[in-house]
Amino acid sequence: MSHHLSERAERTPPSGIRRFFEIAEEMEDVVSLGVGEPDFSAPWPARKAAIEALERGQTSYTSNRGRRDLREAISTHATRYGHDYDAEEEILVTTGVSEAMDLAMRALVDPGDVVAVAEPAYISYGPDASFSGGEVLPVPTEASEEFRLTYDALERAGAERADVLVFCYPNNPTGATMDATHLAEVAEFAREHDLFVLADEVYAALTYEGEHDSIATQRGMRERTVVFNGFSKAYAMTGLRLGYAMGPPEVVDAMNRIHQYTMLSAPTTAQAAALEALESCDDAVADMREQYDRRRRFVLSRFREMGLDCFEAQGAFYVFPSVPGDDEAFAEELLREAEVAVVPGRVFGDGGEGHVRVSYARSLPELREAMDRIEAFLADY
Amino acid sequence: MDDDDRRRVLDLLCEDARYTPEDVARQLDLTPEEAEAHIEALEDEGVLRGYTAVVDWAALDDGIVEAKVELNVELDRETGYEDISRRIAKFPEVAAFQLVSGDYDFALEVRADSMNAVSRFVSEEIAPIPEVTQTVTHYVMETYKAEGIEFGDGEEDDRLSYSP
Repeated sequence: MSHHLSERAERTPPSGIRRFFEIAEEMEDVVSLGVGEPDFSAPWPARKAAIEALERGQTSYTSNRGRRDLREAISTHATRYGHDYDAEEEILVTTGVSEAMDLAMRALVDPGDVVAVAEPAYISYGPDASFSGGEVLPVPTEASEEFRLTYDALERAGAERADVLVFCYPNNPTGATMDATHLAEVAEFAREHDLFVLADEVYAALTYEGEHDSIATQRGMRERTVVFNGFSKAYAMTGLRLGYAMGPPEVVDAMNRIHQYTMLSAPTTAQAAALEALESCDDAVADMREQYDRRRRFVLSRFREMGLDCFEAQGAFYVFPSVPGDDEAFAEELLREAEVAVVPGRVFGDGGEGHVRVSYARSLPELREAMDRIEAFLADY
Repeated sequence: MDDDDRRRVLDLLCEDARYTPEDVARQLDLTPEEAEAHIEALEDEGVLRGYTAVVDWAALDDGIVEAKVELNVELDRETGYEDISRRIAKFPEVAAFQLVSGDYDFALEVRADSMNAVSRFVSEEIAPIPEVTQTVTHYVMETYKAEGIEFGDGEEDDRLSYSP
């Protein structure tokens, strides 16, 4: 029997990150700085809420949009970033930010539409756009501009012909952040060229210097932006798969229509955990952020002492140093010889070449061991 | 000296006493000299009292025996808690010794090579002290967590846990 795969499925490449982990899994003593996942477990109150939800037999679907009380808590939580979204019509609870992004693409992108993606970027945006039939337009950001998206970068890439612009700040993989001044330029471009913006802010709580700024709070942007956030990173709840989207009612409604035919509703147990996380886990988030911040400083100072150029990443839990030569060859050799796993920057698209993504969501002894190995490796490289 | 920095230095050394001044400096955005100065000052002031290891003695064939001893005393005009504490704290078998509130007066942590040695120590050195009216000895049978570190075979998910 022959299998007729869709063209979209056939042309979708496997994740460039996974290939490295498959090599790493065959090795014995690898220190992995590759995975973008907290090394903490979710705060106990959130875990307990999930357990209690199961004990009470809360195993049914919730409303398609997510539990009303959770959406209200999300609405309240979002005010800390200057947002004001109505829990009934403007918030959708999803199975992780990944599902929310896919829904937004499907709600907004028709075949042939152009989706501008600020790169280096999280690896899903391009495939998400392609699955909707969109044409991906990479918008490279530069190390010399600390990987911020600028008006010039959008112009250079020809993003005026785009329909949708997607970006993520604090950024995975670079750790770059954008403040209100920088976002104003992007907002200006989006307004001038009528772009709809998908702003992935899942790392908002992991902003180390100053407060997180959202493009949706810029003048005239609320009506042309969907903001994404979730519980995976800030609350160390990756496996519970819970995210949300906030945006104009008609867009959220369209996303919900697709969501109700595919996912129906986000996991009920995870929604219970998320509600508790929002209500009582601020201290735990602050504590985790403080620990990440310490690790960030440690890793940055070690890379600089090794002579690797690395701007001061101020968000998420990644640094993005430049490395000598070809980044993929460097990462592979580093893995095979020094047994340290990092991810080559080119995996994340244009602008990532010549860098590697280093996750510092690891314990300090592991980070120290990894840095010692990288230093020794570089001495002979 | 900045109190916040002092507290952060202490938090780090409680997390891992093996952190070098350079490790501390890198994490807190201090210079190694500043980190070292904080540590020395904390030592000089008697805030940092020492550095020790967290050991799972049960993992050794010839490990030591640990016991928690509750101690009740009767004070008189001439003798206070301080007098008794000075006498008891000097024994090398006493790993920890605290005045506590509740049903008994002092909590002792005793370590020795065998159960016999613990019993002998309590009966021959502690019980005969004139002010001591009662001792209750609890032998430690299994340690699951000590100094914030969970004991186990390390096979399970080793994520750091967030609990109240």
